[in-house]
Amino acid sequence: MEEIKKRIMIIGATSLMAEHCARIWVKDSPVDLTLVGRSTQKLEQVAEDLKVRSPHSNFNILQTDFIDPIAIRALIDKFFEIGTVDIVLIAHGSLPDQNACQDNLVDCHRELLVNGVSPVLFAEACAFHMQQSDYGRLVVIGSVAGDRGRKSNYIYGAAKGLVTRYVQGLQHRLADTNVKVTLVKPGPTDTPMTAHLKSKNQKLASVQDVAKLIVDAVDRGESTVYAPRKWGLIMMIIRHLPTIVFNKMNI
Amino acid sequence: MVAVSSWGRLKSSEHNVLEFSDRSQIQNLLKSNFPGVAHGMGRSYGDVCLNSNGNLWFTRGLDRFISFDSKTGKLICEAGVLLKDIQQMMVPKGWILPVTPGTQLATVGGAIANDVHGKNHHVLGTFGNHINKIKLVRTNGDIIECGPTLFPEFFSATVGGFGMTGVITEVEIQLRPVAGPWLNTEIIPYNDLDEFFNLADASEQEWEHTVSWIDCLSKKGRGIFMRGNHTDLNLGDIPNKSQLTVPFTPPVSLVNKLSLKPFNMFYYYLNKCHKSNTLSHYESFFYPLDNLQGWNKMYGPRGFYQYQCVIPREFGRDAILEMLNQITLSGDGSFLAVLKTFGDFKSVGMMSFPQSGVTLALDFPNKGNYSLRFFERLDAVVKEATGRIYIAKDARMSRDMFESGYPRLNEFLKYRDSGISSEFSRRLIGS
Repeated sequence: MEEIKKRIMIIGATSLMAEHCARIWVKDSPVDLTLVGRSTQKLEQVAEDLKVRSPHSNFNILQTDFIDPIAIRALIDKFFEIGTVDIVLIAHGSLPDQNACQDNLVDCHRELLVNGVSPVLFAEACAFHMQQSDYGRLVVIGSVAGDRGRKSNYIYGAAKGLVTRYVQGLQHRLADTNVKVTLVKPGPTDTPMTAHLKSKNQKLASVQDVAKLIVDAVDRGESTVYAPRKWGLIMMIIRHLPTIVFNKMNI
Repeated sequence: MVAVSSWGRLKSSEHNVLEFSDRSQIQNLLKSNFPGVAHGMGRSYGDVCLNSNGNLWFTRGLDRFISFDSKTGKLICEAGVLLKDIQQMMVPKGWILPVTPGTQLATVGGAIANDVHGKNHHVLGTFGNHINKIKLVRTNGDIIECGPTLFPEFFSATVGGFGMTGVITEVEIQLRPVAGPWLNTEIIPYNDLDEFFNLADASEQEWEHTVSWIDCLSKKGRGIFMRGNHTDLNLGDIPNKSQLTVPFTPPVSLVNKLSLKPFNMFYYYLNKCHKSNTLSHYESFFYPLDNLQGWNKMYGPRGFYQYQCVIPREFGRDAILEMLNQITLSGDGSFLAVLKTFGDFKSVGMMSFPQSGVTLALDFPNKGNYSLRFFERLDAVVKEATGRIYIAKDARMSRDMFESGYPRLNEFLKYRDSGISSEFSRRLIGS
């Protein structure tokens, strides 16, 4: 008898973090994986790779608009209609140039939408179905930047802060169901999104390590995970710094 | 700008790094970012992967598999895939890289560009012997697909061509079937070079993998000979062993006059008393040093030189003895000294290192001019014996040494991409 495969959807599947989560999931056992992204060509590259890693898994790719609530709803509804969903990972995002966002409200608007509003819309669409079936794991990638606004990237931070507050509320709403909602807050990670940070000689976490933490957190149904975990401590300190000290810092 | 160094850590210099992650974008990115050179894991020892104050194209993000045919063992993948990724995924499926160097933390592109060899050279040749196809992107936007029968001259220039013919983006590799991850291995001590050559000759027929550690402080050249064959005995896979890491760079080289003699003595007698017949996992047999992360830091802040040469067989014994003599005279020495015979395989690359004969690899902590003068004495021995020095390990050879070792240089230069330049190319081919 063929084993039933886990059904997993990854939104923003071409992000490096998401891709590495997918590699871990297909390594464990064959899965039924749906990859959602903006560029079909890039999604195909990711799917080809995963297919070699796991020939017995099924892969679908879906191209969609990440801002349009109607399109988001339709995509998620359709996916849940087909059958039970085990895991949805919402991983898309972009790290904007803070100065560009300050200078140009069009940039600012787009970044707030992509990093804040869009993940919330996807999560909300999934939450409806997961609550109805009383089953499933939803994992959303936030960021340490959402913990406290800093002058160097508060537009991004504000969007991720929105995600944080949203997940908190959703966890409250689903507390007495079997649905688990996980928020992952990565610190600076070595991905194309952070290529410019490397030149400042910042020490970046490896994307493999972060992906492993994400997958483990989903398995355990944890509510909030910092990745790597040391960021939990660092951010606790930063959150509690008195304003008078904090405002003197150049971070 | 990002500080980058190669495996020898002789210097760390600023580079303008461009990261490739989407293979469809490389053509566009290259057009506006040359000259530069591709850089994978930076496991070459000298300066083939460096371009100080210029562009460096990181290929590590090109780490996707593209297709695999489980009937024929043909694997197509991007050039930034690690040998380790291939081994870990393929060995459980019954396939393995036919040729692998002493580290699996290198990229496929780097393995081709340096046409690396392994312990089974006498049976399967070099890495390039198992490549069916290479996709190259040139800085003028041209895309060239080449292989042993498709534009064979381009292929021959690219294999071992230290990145000079274009950026390798996709590769088709022919894997070989393997029963499992285990090898039957034997460890045999030898007292002098004659014994070594006898062992190597006697092992050629029956043993796929042969290599030896040589105690370079011994005048006669004693050492430990290791040989292995894949076995279909299946003990299952062993769980990942714990990895050790060299946590920081010590202020002076830990490999020095004081430590070397006891080290080598200890290592020799340890293995001499060792059980000679064992089963080894391919990871510990092929990649013993991968378990000590950052071992290159042991040589201290000034880094180290690798000196690897190959000498034709007829002069091999005398040349090696003379080099050991020079090492003794210098009072310097090497711990990771490897002596191995190459088979009669004709390398596919115009600039490939391996040729029929015997190869000696030595590492020396960097002592500035003192080291450089010492290497010149070794060079003289190598040149006299019509040998050559391995490009992937070199950071200092002279133009004369380079040109005499690589007679196909002029032929090779016809296929060079003029938008590619590395520190090595500027040092030895002028631009």
